[in-house]
Amino acid sequence: MRAQLSLVTAALFGAVAAGAAAYLSRGYSGHIAYAQALPSHQVPSAKNGGVVVQLCDGVTTTEVKGLKPGEQMSHAQAMDVSRKLMAEWQRKHPERHWEMAQAESGGTPAGSAPSSTSENASGAGATGTSEVKSQQGDTYASFHDRDYMIWKAQTDAFVDYGNKVFHSAKLLGGTIGVSCDMCHPNASNTHPETYPKYQVQLQRVALLRDMIDWCIENPVKGKTLSADDPKLRALEAYILAQRNGVALAYGKH
Amino acid sequence: MAARHKSVETKFYEDRDRVLKALRNCDRRTFLKISAATMGAVMAKGLMPPHTFQLVEMANAAVEKGSSGVGASGSAPFRFAYISDSHLYERTLNQRFVRSIVKAVDDVNALDPQPDFVLYGGDLAQLGAPAQLEQGKQILSAVKAPVKMMVGEHDWFLDMGEKWQEMFGPPTYSFDWKGVHVVVLMSVYEKDFWTARKMTPEERMQTVAGLDNAVQSRFEVGEKQREWLKQDLAKVPSTTPIVVFSHSPLYKYYRNWNFWTDDADEVQAILKPYDKVTVIHGHTHQMLQNQIGNISFYGMLSTAWPWPYAPEGLPALTIQMNRADPFDQFDGCGDGQATARADGLVDTVYNLWDRNPVTVKADYLVSRGKTDQPPAPQFASY
Repeated sequence: MRAQLSLVTAALFGAVAAGAAAYLSRGYSGHIAYAQALPSHQVPSAKNGGVVVQLCDGVTTTEVKGLKPGEQMSHAQAMDVSRKLMAEWQRKHPERHWEMAQAESGGTPAGSAPSSTSENASGAGATGTSEVKSQQGDTYASFHDRDYMIWKAQTDAFVDYGNKVFHSAKLLGGTIGVSCDMCHPNASNTHPETYPKYQVQLQRVALLRDMIDWCIENPVKGKTLSADDPKLRALEAYILAQRNGVALAYGKH
Repeated sequence: MAARHKSVETKFYEDRDRVLKALRNCDRRTFLKISAATMGAVMAKGLMPPHTFQLVEMANAAVEKGSSGVGASGSAPFRFAYISDSHLYERTLNQRFVRSIVKAVDDVNALDPQPDFVLYGGDLAQLGAPAQLEQGKQILSAVKAPVKMMVGEHDWFLDMGEKWQEMFGPPTYSFDWKGVHVVVLMSVYEKDFWTARKMTPEERMQTVAGLDNAVQSRFEVGEKQREWLKQDLAKVPSTTPIVVFSHSPLYKYYRNWNFWTDDADEVQAILKPYDKVTVIHGHTHQMLQNQIGNISFYGMLSTAWPWPYAPEGLPALTIQMNRADPFDQFDGCGDGQATARADGLVDTVYNLWDRNPVTVKADYLVSRGKTDQPPAPQFASY
């Protein structure tokens, strides 16, 4: 029974200096190879029939009385709980400095050193407020040119792989020597910006990948690729990259 | 009975039944009247809906034979047909392209009256392999009318034309036909790009086979062949109609896809002194027309697959074909016929499979689009 709530909501907290910040609740599967196993925290069981909430340090806990397991707290209540936990942590670690990327509205940030110049306009906190100024030493969302370079290189390499598959009957798994570029030089006439659309011949609303798969099965006479297949994803990447800048127009026939 | 929406197919079959019923008991004159009337009604609406039943325009069949048909330029009108761009793989590997070329052969054999000759427009094989070329020759041997062969880049660059010439003779030649001077060019020579890259013949062929492969050189007729053309035309008076068969377009349409002839300007200059010049070319796999000075250009359809229109450079005069339906293996493909008229100009009929045929008259091109405009397509390329 998992009574533990994930408290790492990006708007409220900055990246924790300790490595446990990688505990994203988005559940990547298989794409990121972790060098070592992720830390796992043991949450103590509730003593007063409520729900135990544990901070990401794996130690500080509080019990929310009256909350049943599986029941959601109200926003105000959740804010209150997280503030209490942060205060507790700050109390235990007076020497540690906690960076706040943004302050919450209508209340002082729990125990944070007021080093930052962050301001927050609207109450929602998480979603973009344009008045937030960047600050020195802000670890959250603090990427550099080298990062962008690496990401671009990765993306271009993937698009290049798609280019290779697009032009090769063998890589497509085709059995009659036909490759995509024979009918679609430079990915012309693929019009990915017009999907999703109802494709009467498929009797369903089609996405780009459905058409790619149909083409692989029919004119190319290969086996359809599953949605996870890196080749299908690379083909999609290549086709989309060739139509960079074209306005989206879903449903256009 | 409530009025129900009729599907496109229902309408088609009702149209068809109505027309066929009317035809059942009529003589030739009535038949032509009905045919012309249906065509006329459709053309007047500016429609060419693919789902409406229409009779194929039979008027072109009425070609005068004998001395009564000789025109002012001294030429007698005649018809020829074409089959082009079949891109054959061996039958054991790929049935689809074989089915298509066989369909074209059947079309041509079914023409009544038979054309004077059939032009094969180039790219018989996909990768220039002897087995592919032999297979193509064997399929074309079923054509009843005489076949004039023209070479494409897919036939040439595996062995630089060795097998092709062994099977079909020299790639460049000319002949006179009923007062028209016909020239067949090898317009897909390429400057050497393979030696420096140490490519094998197969790699060279694969490179040339890729339309969007920027490594290969652009097509050209070449200086030697231009000299030959000058010599060949030296004895031809300027009033004689000229028809040039070429694989590459002999003008500059889209460089990236080699829809292009590098020395097009020089070739057009050689043809400039002639009053009536028509170029019929392959390679582009689409309905394509252009008029540059005195020269009318018609692109041939492919039997194997259609290409989309290039992002730029499309001649304004081109009557586009609706973009092809990928779910129909024959759509956007086909073969065609042409009529060399008494006045020396050439009309063409695009016999699009699974669609109504489209006639493009020379008057449309020569008038720069002012007269005889064929109907425009509904579904633009994008």
